[in-house]
Amino acid sequence: MEDLLALGGRQVKNRLLIGTGKFSGYPLMQKALEAARPDIVTVALRRVDIGAKEDNILEYIPKSCVLMANTSGARNADEAIRIARLAKAAGTGNWIKIEVVQDNKYLLPDNLETLKAVEILVKEGFIVLPYMSPDLSMARRMADAGAAAVMPLGSPIGSNRGVKTRELVEILVREIKVPVIVDAGLGSPSDACECMEMGCAAVLVNTAIAIARDPAVMAQAFSEAVRAGRLAYLAGLASSGDRASASSPLTGFLRDETR
Amino acid sequence: MILTINGKQEAVERPVTLDALVAAKGLCPEKIVVEHNFCIVSKEDWPKIMLGDKDMIEIISFVGGG
Repeated sequence: MEDLLALGGRQVKNRLLIGTGKFSGYPLMQKALEAARPDIVTVALRRVDIGAKEDNILEYIPKSCVLMANTSGARNADEAIRIARLAKAAGTGNWIKIEVVQDNKYLLPDNLETLKAVEILVKEGFIVLPYMSPDLSMARRMADAGAAAVMPLGSPIGSNRGVKTRELVEILVREIKVPVIVDAGLGSPSDACECMEMGCAAVLVNTAIAIARDPAVMAQAFSEAVRAGRLAYLAGLASSGDRASASSPLTGFLRDETR
Repeated sequence: MILTINGKQEAVERPVTLDALVAAKGLCPEKIVVEHNFCIVSKEDWPKIMLGDKDMIEIISFVGGG
């Protein structure tokens, strides 16, 4: 049976979600998306630079992808809600990643404002995925409010430091009923694989792919790592121990046992 | 009259519709979404909106983001 992720009313095949920021050009981003074939990609909304001839990013994203706008730039729930409504009006559907940040040094999310935005946008019919600090109580509240998933950070956005929040994310994986998707900070395919081995439903990666020397190959590497981690989780990881446990039989040695 | 477009003030000589403003700026309607005084205006309604003094217009589009 195919291993699909039920998310926002869809059956998602690729558990690697990809962000479209920081690529050195849209054609390069397109190659990365074609290499990894994600089901879901994120985009941002910004003021148009009037007078500048800007390319339309949507022309470089495969039509098969679900577009999920983020609310980056929002400093409170009201701003996030405003951006979500604009994204919907722009005609890309009703998937929204809530991102509310006031802290410009670490870009850590404001869980309380995020929750407020989730509550309102769910009622408006959005499929809402909140980016959040991995706090169990808040994750429960997000899920109770109707979030389609929770997206705890692995480490600060763009830091490429990996899953520094591992123990807290593991608690969410065990306790939260909606999918747990690690978002932010995953710097290498092994970081993504680690998340999937832990039982996370998916991961969202942007910077590590976008700024790689070859983004298309890195996107493929992340995709395969996510798949490997997922398979390992489904197969059931062996337990670890402090002492050795021989892999070969401990009987029938070719030696004289009396000496 | 003075309009505030994407946070910048701009003098406009004669009254214009939202539709005409977008065209005058050379913007492609398919890739933008427009707010007029904090209300989202659907493309069909652009010709009906006559802009007035001190109106706020936000013109927004998608860009790369994570």
